[in-house]
Amino acid sequence: MPLTPDVVRKIADLARLELNEVEIELYCGQLSAILDYAARLQAIDTTGIPPTSSVLPPVSILREDVPTKFMAREDILKIAPRTEKGHYRVPPILD
Amino acid sequence: MEKLTDLNTQAAVAMLRKGEITSMELTQASLDQIERVEPVIHAFITLTAEQALIQAAAADIQLQTARKNGTNPVASMLGIPIVVKDVLCLKGVRCTCGSRILDNFIAPYTASAVQKLLDAGVVVLGKTNTDEFAMGSSTENSGYGSSHNPWNVNHVPGGSSGGSAAAVSARYTSLGLGTDTGGSIRQPASFCGLTGLKVTYGRISRYGLVAYGSSLDTVGALARNAGDIALAFNLMAGYDPLDATSSRQPVDEINLGLPFELKGLKIGIPKEYFITGVQEEVNQAVRTAIALLESMGARIHEVSLPHTAEALPVYYLIAPAEASANLARFDGVRFGPRATDDNMAAMYKKTRGTGFGTEVKRRIMLGTYALSAGYYDAYYGQAQKVRTLIKRDFEAAFESVDLIAAPVAPSTAFRFGEHINDPLAMYLEDVFTLPANLAGIPGLTFPVGFDQNKLPIGIQLMGAPFSEGLLLKTCHAYQQITNFHLQKPTLADHP
Repeated sequence: MPLTPDVVRKIADLARLELNEVEIELYCGQLSAILDYAARLQAIDTTGIPPTSSVLPPVSILREDVPTKFMAREDILKIAPRTEKGHYRVPPILD
Repeated sequence: MEKLTDLNTQAAVAMLRKGEITSMELTQASLDQIERVEPVIHAFITLTAEQALIQAAAADIQLQTARKNGTNPVASMLGIPIVVKDVLCLKGVRCTCGSRILDNFIAPYTASAVQKLLDAGVVVLGKTNTDEFAMGSSTENSGYGSSHNPWNVNHVPGGSSGGSAAAVSARYTSLGLGTDTGGSIRQPASFCGLTGLKVTYGRISRYGLVAYGSSLDTVGALARNAGDIALAFNLMAGYDPLDATSSRQPVDEINLGLPFELKGLKIGIPKEYFITGVQEEVNQAVRTAIALLESMGARIHEVSLPHTAEALPVYYLIAPAEASANLARFDGVRFGPRATDDNMAAMYKKTRGTGFGTEVKRRIMLGTYALSAGYYDAYYGQAQKVRTLIKRDFEAAFESVDLIAAPVAPSTAFRFGEHINDPLAMYLEDVFTLPANLAGIPGLTFPVGFDQNKLPIGIQLMGAPFSEGLLLKTCHAYQQITNFHLQKPTLADHP
């Protein structure tokens, strides 16, 4: 089933990606082809089969909560696009 | 004497300790080779020549002191130049992940796997090219231009660890670090005539590796023989408190010097990997290698991995789903460029829309779709269930055989542009490597021949979890009586 441009726009919005019209058209076709290919999985009988989200045994990893020194704050702020008084500076959330 | 750039890691370690060569000589030989060959190979995103020479000088002082005191230096790779794929952080050095969205990202810390090698004394020559965020099979998705295959520069080196593969193949270094999420070490190693190890999931810490598909990502090495891989593996493997998914299972140090017999080793041949659509020369070379292993005493059995064909769609739902979540952090707030300061929504969308390349955006879209309300069960949920079936296929096979042998990729290194407009055709490149990542098992590739265009052909051995030792021993035995791994591209052989 081919994806419509509106569905692609909605997905792009959910993914916080600005796409131009050329990209939307490109992804309509390409994502449809990939999803059509993936549709073969629907034919597999997975009744009673548990999902694998990790190959590791489902064990909680715990450790002592020991405070340690974090890496240098200035090294981390140095790589941010905008900072102010030791914080990240972002544009207003509300218009 | 053998040229310095032709030395393998173990030989160089021995010569450094005896004082027959210095780390400065070795590192300078690497830098000279890079200067000669890099303009046509483009293996690096960031070269760290100056730092490398400083590290080499420091290593030489330690080596000299150790010799004077009559002791071997403690650090087992002291003075050895290596290259690191540009998805692994090295403190103070730019880490781009092949993406323009991290063009100015200076890593504030070092990845555990890299740190373990630094502790062992290595010299880092630079950070190597990769498909953007390791998403690709050719380096054509890099935001910094493609790397070229030293065997034929009109062909891709494979990917995503194509920069490291090209660097080791072109004799810049004897050891490169890579990562393998769906074949990203094994396929480029095969395309460039190298030995490459994808470890058991969790065997080497992922701390400091920029995440792509967290349930699939592994760190590993590319080299020119099994011995050098074993050396790096012994150093990097093991539990790391900084990575909750790293395994607490003790590491059995791999010693290839011990006697090892292939006699009685059971090798399974999965019929689903010997199918039409595979280049005939690849098929032939792999079968010839299997016959040689048999003549050395291994017993060959046909096995079946019935869900092999499903691995591709499963991977291309699960990996993009994980990627879409992992790559949410690139939002213009904490690192990378920010495209606009108009408002939050515009900042996110413009920064990500302009910062990510086509393939990364495609996978984020695919993953977001697979995880979105209404499609989750049909796509992501079903893919996770079929993943269980793929894992069970391997578990069943390893009840009757010790190893599984198969091709690495359907063809030898392809030409640039061959698959670039058809993502699905590019994804098919990974058809034989994805299953090991989905099952979490180790895989090793090594050269077993050449096609008529003198492009390398690799074989892939897969084993049960934590069988890296058996994989490397088998490869080592093969490399004792063959010389495919010793061939080198003419381009690497400048006077």
